[in-house]
Amino acid sequence: MRRPYLRPIDRHWWAKPPYLAYTLREATGIAIAAYALVLMAGVICLALGRSAYDAWLGFIASPLSLALHVIFLVAMVFHVWTWFAIMPKTMPRLIVGGRYVEPQLITRAGIAVAALASLGLLLVARWVLP
Amino acid sequence: MTGDASIADRRITVGILRYRPEQDEAPVVQSYEIPYVDDMSVLQALQYIKDHIDGTLSFRWSCRMAICGSCGMMINGKPQLACQTILRAGNQLPLRIEPLLHFPIERDLVVTVSDFVSKIESISPFIIPKYPRTLAEGEYLQTPTELTRFENFSDCINCMLCYAACPQFGENPDFLGPGALALLQRYNGDSRDGGQAERMKLVHTENGAWSCTAVGYCSEVCPKHVDPANAVNQNKTNSALDFFLRFLPGRGTIERSA
Repeated sequence: MRRPYLRPIDRHWWAKPPYLAYTLREATGIAIAAYALVLMAGVICLALGRSAYDAWLGFIASPLSLALHVIFLVAMVFHVWTWFAIMPKTMPRLIVGGRYVEPQLITRAGIAVAALASLGLLLVARWVLP
Repeated sequence: MTGDASIADRRITVGILRYRPEQDEAPVVQSYEIPYVDDMSVLQALQYIKDHIDGTLSFRWSCRMAICGSCGMMINGKPQLACQTILRAGNQLPLRIEPLLHFPIERDLVVTVSDFVSKIESISPFIIPKYPRTLAEGEYLQTPTELTRFENFSDCINCMLCYAACPQFGENPDFLGPGALALLQRYNGDSRDGGQAERMKLVHTENGAWSCTAVGYCSEVCPKHVDPANAVNQNKTNSALDFFLRFLPGRGTIERSA
């Protein structure tokens, strides 16, 4: 006698291991988009004139903004880390001399480039700012 | 069953999700207490139960050495091959065994495979020559690089652990899924094959590569390091290229194996 039984999928699979890290990686993308909007608001305020730009600078220096930036920073670091961890799976295989380039090498190279780029940006900012 | 006489007096409790269609409305957990030794696999634990405690327990197995792909099941919540999962690995205790997730249960630990088999069939899992070849042309030649491009995708043993690991397959059973897409890439990535355009029709659809959200757990649970997530995501790239390149004159489905 055949009576196949299909168990319903757990509606909260995304909130539990082993999928939680994936969910956080995707969710931190929202934080990064939000940060892009903050910067975009700055550009628009700059175009609107001196007073608008000063108001934006005032908001950026506020405690609320600083707290947000701490959240953005943590989200960004987590996103960079997990995004480069999955990167070897999401790209065509690099083959050099008939052998795969090791996935860990791609991940480490990606994280190193991100770290160097961030460091370079900090140095430029330090050099440009009074 | 190996070495009954040598089995030590240590005992463990094994919880198994059972489903007997003729008597159970829904699956129920049944516990068995069995003696065990450190080098015992989960499959051996199941065989001990079937041989000595309860002959009605149903499960699939064949080779006992991780090559036939029959004994995939959820072992403490993770899709694993029962023959390859050793109780000594510590974290396996206490033991809880369930049939593979996302598949209909036929009986106890046996799940329905017909949907998976038809998906495998749908991707034309054989080399489709680019043009009719004669014997006089001799064998195909392939460089190491050309072989490396698809070789790991040909290591799949059809154990379906990747499907049990994939929440998108759980949400949408029509998703072609990691295993079938890995096999598809095994042929589409082969320099001898000319069937790419035909197979890409499957990849382009919503149930093709685009159902994947890059969770990546399929590749983690794969006992053969096939890396199906990589195959699926390569096909997202190929599908996107097909979409944009069709606007160029003289370009249909692009040649992927060259």
